[in-house]
Amino acid sequence: MAQLTQKERMKIPRQDMPVQAPEERVQNFKEVALGYTLELAKLEAERCLQCKDPHCMEGCPVEVRIPEFIQAVRDGDMAEAVKIMKSKNNLPAICGRVCPQEVQCESRCILGKKGEPVAIGRIERFVGDYELANKTLEMTKGAPTGKKVAVCGSGPAGLTCAVDLARMGHEVTIFESLHTPGGVLVYGIPEFRLPKDAVIKAEIETAAKALSIRILTDYIIGRTLTIDELQAQYDAIFLGTGAGLPMFMRIPGINFNGVMSANEFLTRCNLMKGYRFPEFDTPVKVGKRVAVIGAGNVAMDAARSALRLQSLIARANGESGGEVHIVYRRSSDEVPARLEEVHHAKEEGVIFDFLTNPVEILGDDKNAVRAMRCIRMELGEPDQSGRRSPVAVKGSEFDMEVDQVIFALGTSPNPLVFNNAGGLERSKWGTVVADKENGRTTVKGIWAGGDVVTGAATVISAMGAGKRAAADMDRYLKGEFDW
Amino acid sequence: MYRILEKQVLSDVTKLMVVEAPQVARKARAGQFIIVLMHDQGERIPLTIADYDRAAGTITLIFQEVGKSTKEMGTMNVGDSFSHVVGPLGHATDIENYGEVICVGGGVGIAPVYPIARELKEAGNHVTSIIGARTKELLLWEDKMRAVSDELIITTDDGSYGRKELVTTPLKEILDSRPGKIKKIWAIGPAIMMKFVAMTTKPYNVHTIVSLNTIMIDGTGMCGGCRVVLDDGAKFVCVDGPEFDAHKVDWNNLMSRLSFYRPEEESATRRFEKDHKCKLDRAIANGVK
Repeated sequence: MAQLTQKERMKIPRQDMPVQAPEERVQNFKEVALGYTLELAKLEAERCLQCKDPHCMEGCPVEVRIPEFIQAVRDGDMAEAVKIMKSKNNLPAICGRVCPQEVQCESRCILGKKGEPVAIGRIERFVGDYELANKTLEMTKGAPTGKKVAVCGSGPAGLTCAVDLARMGHEVTIFESLHTPGGVLVYGIPEFRLPKDAVIKAEIETAAKALSIRILTDYIIGRTLTIDELQAQYDAIFLGTGAGLPMFMRIPGINFNGVMSANEFLTRCNLMKGYRFPEFDTPVKVGKRVAVIGAGNVAMDAARSALRLQSLIARANGESGGEVHIVYRRSSDEVPARLEEVHHAKEEGVIFDFLTNPVEILGDDKNAVRAMRCIRMELGEPDQSGRRSPVAVKGSEFDMEVDQVIFALGTSPNPLVFNNAGGLERSKWGTVVADKENGRTTVKGIWAGGDVVTGAATVISAMGAGKRAAADMDRYLKGEFDW
Repeated sequence: MYRILEKQVLSDVTKLMVVEAPQVARKARAGQFIIVLMHDQGERIPLTIADYDRAAGTITLIFQEVGKSTKEMGTMNVGDSFSHVVGPLGHATDIENYGEVICVGGGVGIAPVYPIARELKEAGNHVTSIIGARTKELLLWEDKMRAVSDELIITTDDGSYGRKELVTTPLKEILDSRPGKIKKIWAIGPAIMMKFVAMTTKPYNVHTIVSLNTIMIDGTGMCGGCRVVLDDGAKFVCVDGPEFDAHKVDWNNLMSRLSFYRPEEESATRRFEKDHKCKLDRAIANGVK
């Protein structure tokens, strides 16, 4: 394309990503968004004004050099785009798919002031996918430092930290409790949003092989090995064990059959491939009328997985599908989920019940859920988070007929990790106390980052924490400071 | 991979396997469990650790073939490997010298009660063990249990061996004949047996511990599928247990939760048996004896 003027660039509309049609995609677990073609990616890249003082990068927790990689895509120099991207972000194919770009990089894009911002996330995904398919950039391990590092957890924080440390030449071992590495990327985020084999497995295997990172699955920190044992064997430790413990509401009836955590529902679906039962041995149940409590990304994932399972069962039995409700105590303005997920959920037919809060789950004589008693809410004064806090409307109780209730109310760190963890300080919420800038905990030689420090947050913020910790650990291992 | 080094057929439906899992063996203690995954398409199955050998780096598993996965496991042989074994999970049994204690094991539950009885005995307790099964065929480890017990009572439901009674009858006799003497009771077996043990010991107010085997996926506190209702709220069997005060457990809720996936279990088992039989028939037709 000939050199465009700024005006011409601003006239190009933001390019949509091809997607599977809603009616088609609820019948399968394949990826919803299909990704840009090279032509679409280049066209979208043409929209970037290459600001002299770009703000997009300020919105990125790992400081990807956004205008530079977009310029490379525009030039069609994909190898260069990959190089720029990977200098800051090891997992672009993942971030392009799951980052909340609308509140990060894209929220700072100058084009967003009047029109729509550059689709940075979509171009990033294209770059990531291009690299997965073409392998233009060889990751190289730095000269061996002779230092041994233990990384606990192979989710976004642990992986990022491990890759950075290995590139710096340290000998890295990752300990993962489950049988497959990837953490929440594998057990939590569904296949239709983040393909497990094509993206996660490919990213992890490529990096581990190139950088000689040892990944030990089946190691539960706190049980199979404890932190004090790791301290004796390793020069530095990074804790990226996430926030895996589900929260249930303290209301009557949570132990009826059919009530479960989103963690259980999604783990059955994603990690254990329950949607392919009986080809895979772990079953997953879905009701005819499902209520998902909460409105974060996990709630959207659970609701959309439920819809798909309903469609698959209905098609197999020649019945009509079911209903899936998102039940949320605040209003649509406060929904914490990523915009695209809410949009996709609505398109697929998820019903949103805002300003509604469960007060009791009702069971039948077989101990199974038959309904959920709810109360209407209204918005009161803003709370500490700045969101208007919901207040129950007296006497507005009603029963919602449901046969499955899935709680997606957030998670907290698994306390198991901290068996024999010495003086590691934790907050009253169970999160590890660690320095925001460098990840240092209260124990010398131990860093932490990601959900285990912040409580459930985003993939990219965990990656940012893993990155910052890796840089600090490197300095420590080189003897540049003594804690 | 976790290799099977030894396999014993304890009965038609009960198998014992000694499995190479050094990182589990080095930490295992009585009362804890592991999760096994046969292969990439398998499910994560929680099994209590029946024994362990730290020096050899092995653990012993005993399981009854009840559903698709355990039946498939039963077809595995020495030299085969599990793709994953993870543990040890859960809290270990609190072993001290309590004085007089009773260990009750029902069916395949005798296996996990054995290391507890052994350690209690080693700690100086007077151990009375009651082991029972539906029929003689299903009774296991009589010799091992006898070796670690001061007294051993055997019952079968059908009277084919030992006393023709449920385990609760001799249990009640002991509680009646030695009032105030019994300090603690452990009971491991089918949920229904544990429920009746709990009902039997409650009037005597003897602290009774059961080891629960609920439906689990990860075994680390992540899914919450294993939750059990106690007098003082819900707990996770995988991280808070597996041992609980028998008198606090809501047994009806526990049993209904155990049956939640029964239709899926049954259909998977039927499919497996049909498929397995087809393969056997084919093998026989091809001349395998």
